[in-house]
Amino acid sequence: MSPRSRIVALALGVALLAAVPPLAAAFNQPFYLDLVRRIMIFAIAAASLNLILGYGGMISFGHAAYLGVGGYAVGVLAHYGIHDGFLQWGLAIGASALVALVIGAVSIRTSGVYFIMITLAFTQMLYYLGISIEEFGGDDGMRLTSRSRFPGLDLADANAFYYLVLAILVLVLFLIHRIVNSRFGMVIRAARSNEARTRAIGFSPYPYRLAAFVIAGAVCGLAGALLVNHTAYLTPDFMNWTRSGELMFMVILGGVGSVVGPVLGAFALLVLEDLLSGWTAHWQIILGPLLVLSVLFFRRGLAGLAFSKNE
Amino acid sequence: MNLFLIAEQTLNGLQLGVMLFLMAAGLTLVFGIMNLVNFAHGSFYMVGAYLATYFAQATGSWLLGVALGLAGTLVVGVVVEMVVVRKLYERDHLDQVLATFGLILFFNELAAMLWGRAALYTNIPEYLSGHVELLPGLRYPLYRLVIIAVGLGVAALLWFVVARTRLGMLIRAGASNRAMVAALGVNIRVLYTLVFGFGAALAGLAGLMAGPIYVVQPGMGELILIEVFVVMVIGGIGSIRGALAAALIVGMVDTLGRAFLKPTLATVISPTAADAAGPALASMLIYLLMAAVLALKPQGLFPARL
Repeated sequence: MSPRSRIVALALGVALLAAVPPLAAAFNQPFYLDLVRRIMIFAIAAASLNLILGYGGMISFGHAAYLGVGGYAVGVLAHYGIHDGFLQWGLAIGASALVALVIGAVSIRTSGVYFIMITLAFTQMLYYLGISIEEFGGDDGMRLTSRSRFPGLDLADANAFYYLVLAILVLVLFLIHRIVNSRFGMVIRAARSNEARTRAIGFSPYPYRLAAFVIAGAVCGLAGALLVNHTAYLTPDFMNWTRSGELMFMVILGGVGSVVGPVLGAFALLVLEDLLSGWTAHWQIILGPLLVLSVLFFRRGLAGLAFSKNE
Repeated sequence: MNLFLIAEQTLNGLQLGVMLFLMAAGLTLVFGIMNLVNFAHGSFYMVGAYLATYFAQATGSWLLGVALGLAGTLVVGVVVEMVVVRKLYERDHLDQVLATFGLILFFNELAAMLWGRAALYTNIPEYLSGHVELLPGLRYPLYRLVIIAVGLGVAALLWFVVARTRLGMLIRAGASNRAMVAALGVNIRVLYTLVFGFGAALAGLAGLMAGPIYVVQPGMGELILIEVFVVMVIGGIGSIRGALAAALIVGMVDTLGRAFLKPTLATVISPTAADAAGPALASMLIYLLMAAVLALKPQGLFPARL
């Protein structure tokens, strides 16, 4: 695809997403508004994972941690009666960045299988932490008494919330596009394809990787803040390890190393889950083998079908 | 707290430790030889528990259930290797993780379809259900002692097989240079299938022994699997000695932390604060231990050497 037709495709995609609320209203199907909003929130999370997984080659099996931290940041403030959106979302982003900094500082010193297992283990630790804090509902979680409040914007209005999510998604994709094509992004990608050579030309990958890891965590924390506003309910399940696995699949299904790939992947996976679960309660028995097959035979992902590999 | 309580909890820690080791041993062998990360290893733990429970009820004999459960898990492991895992050896770790994640979803749902989502409770046979008086006044469940003995026995057997037999020699050779072993006329494919099935059976053994102590339910394998990853990271991935040492350490730290952290904290801070912080900290303890070990030795306590 040429750059121009890519821009046209992107504009078409955004227009399509923007058309969902009026269409859902016209056909009286609010369910789809809800579904697409949830998909877009996960697309933001997957896009942030793509920055470190797709471009940085850091296979994090713990990205759901930041969904949880972001969610809890909003939930905990709301629990103590603070509903200001800027404060809540600011804390979500800041706390996620901080947690990512700590987890990243330890895990990026390692690589390969160690990195996969450590990121998974730390996320599980946060999951158990969430379960054991009775004040915030423990295992059962807690209801969000009120959605985040912004002056002049009511998130209880489904359409307003939808367009806010869409705007953030576009913004995040643009941000990631700028990052991966910047000098900083070049170093991250170089370290992925050849670490020794990257060192040889004078870059120490560690601080660059850590910075990317923190950015990804912060963006995913924002997705967590959106998600808890979407579900209006907060449980430790935000950080369940299967969530991390799903996020990885969104990135892979979409196609590694393409900025919009995770969005396609999020749509593919969540729509598939929705279809299968509408069909049978035991939908995972079909999804599991499908995922195995996709890894074995569909390695380049959805974006690989549309875009050339060396973009 | 009295000394008997400490002794009892130490034995509990040892029991958890050998269980973790049985899991870690299979994963370590598979990783060391085939360079494969198998996230579905927890599924074999679950399969072992379910099959043993099912066969014990069907045949009416606990021992027969154990034997059939073990054999069944071995067969499941071999089939999984031949159908899916074999295609993953040449892939990178990301593909291996993702594909075996798909397998987990499949196995958990299959268990839920066959036996339901509710937890199954299994009984220990009468001859294993008593207590043993280890010291005057210190009574300990016989069944848990059996687990410890079986676990340590398997560890010794594993060492013997890997270090002292021809099969073990092939396994070690396959780990260091697979092309050369294949060139010398060893059927490396069969060796791989064998090792994978054997690792699955070890996980099944851990699962079927765990059945009567914990609960048997879909997803039971993944909770222990993540603890096993902690064990492997602390011990050094790919090292069996490291896995044994780290499994015992993690088993102890986890068990003793859950038992004694809260009362110990209560002597330092207020009891209500200890009530809140104790359980939270206890559940995080092994992960903090992992972080500490990594900060000092990023390659684990016993860097890999099979």
